[in-house]
Amino acid sequence: MSDLARLTGEHLLIVTIAVAIAIAAGVPLGTFAHRRRRLGGLALRITDVVQTIPSPAMFGFLIPLPFLGGIGPRPAIVALVLYSLLPIVRSTLVGLERVDPHVREAATAMGMTDRQLLWNIELPLATPAIVAGIRIATVTAIGVATIAAAIGGGGLGTLIFRGVAMVDTKLILQGAVPAALLAIAADAVLTQVEHYFAKRRGES
Amino acid sequence: MIEYRNVSVIRGGNAILDRVSLRIERGERVAFLGRSGAGKTTALRVINGLLAPSAGEIAVDGAPVATHELPQLRRRIGYVMQQPALFPHRTVFDNVATVPRLLEWPAEKTRAEAERLLAQLDLPLATFGARFPRMLSGGQQQRVAIARALIAAPEIVLCDEPFSALDPIIRAEMQSLFRDATRDRAATTLVFVTHDVREALRIAARVIVFEAGRIVVDTPADAFMNHPHPLVRRFVEA
Repeated sequence: MSDLARLTGEHLLIVTIAVAIAIAAGVPLGTFAHRRRRLGGLALRITDVVQTIPSPAMFGFLIPLPFLGGIGPRPAIVALVLYSLLPIVRSTLVGLERVDPHVREAATAMGMTDRQLLWNIELPLATPAIVAGIRIATVTAIGVATIAAAIGGGGLGTLIFRGVAMVDTKLILQGAVPAALLAIAADAVLTQVEHYFAKRRGES
Repeated sequence: MIEYRNVSVIRGGNAILDRVSLRIERGERVAFLGRSGAGKTTALRVINGLLAPSAGEIAVDGAPVATHELPQLRRRIGYVMQQPALFPHRTVFDNVATVPRLLEWPAEKTRAEAERLLAQLDLPLATFGARFPRMLSGGQQQRVAIARALIAAPEIVLCDEPFSALDPIIRAEMQSLFRDATRDRAATTLVFVTHDVREALRIAARVIVFEAGRIVVDTPADAFMNHPHPLVRRFVEA
């Protein structure tokens, strides 16, 4: 049991770190993509391509890389960040694009600077969409993180791989069921957060 | 003082505003009247720099708009458009407090002004201050938009068909409320875009008629009804 608790903790930790880094990079990238259409489109295409790389292949690519790659939790986190980036960048961009142009014009005409417009109006109004992106990123990361065990990333995948090697279904389920429950719980919690922000911005 | 010097705005090869020259003195109440596509909205939007002229120059207080720091200039210019365009995530009070906060007014002054103005517009702060825009009717939202534009005693107030989306009864009520809220501000220049003759005459002292990007009539409001220009005749008879 303590093994399960430790691995669940590890699993949550690498997902949390990865999603936090993806938010820190993805929201500014999405904002930038909204301001500079052409460069933004390029950034979006790159994250799109990254998203299509199958996760075992991604971990394979990372093994020979210096510093970021190799074996252990670090390359696992790098991979999860790469997967989490796209939904967050895209949802930030979509959230900003959905801001009513009249509202944007009113803010500009009141004398807000571009920065004030972004922080006071655009980002708050885009928040429900951004949270939706974070939710998708988190659920995906929880799933992909099980595969990270293949390169020594730790987490619940460790039990799954061990169970597969030992042809022990019980062991596989000990890893798979908690991983699935984590994903479902994260989805439910973040859906609530999304509703909270949507309500605050006056949508429902 | 607002001065247009040969202002043209060209979009996709069409002159939406065609070499317009015009002087509006401080404290004047002017209506830009015209059919849709006549250029009146464009003429309004160059004043606060939402649009830049393709040629010519527009000056506010003697200095070309292009040389002003636009955010600073815009904080001195109230702006109301057809859509209330309230900030949906902010309460009525926070919407109204937008410009005072940009100008870093003390909180008590903002509150006192908001209270006075909202009372004048029949939306008591105690009742409506904490509500969100989605909880208000269209007419109430537009009154909040007016309060938001007037609160910092702007030197210029620009209105772009602010009442066109409202039903006729509320519209007449809003015109009177608006007239009362702006009447005692002798230093405020008002530019009001409309396609409604009665509205123009109710609110403005000077009527400027636009047609195909040009000014075709510029007359005191009390001489408008008898003006011989054919477009005026058509407006009057409509």
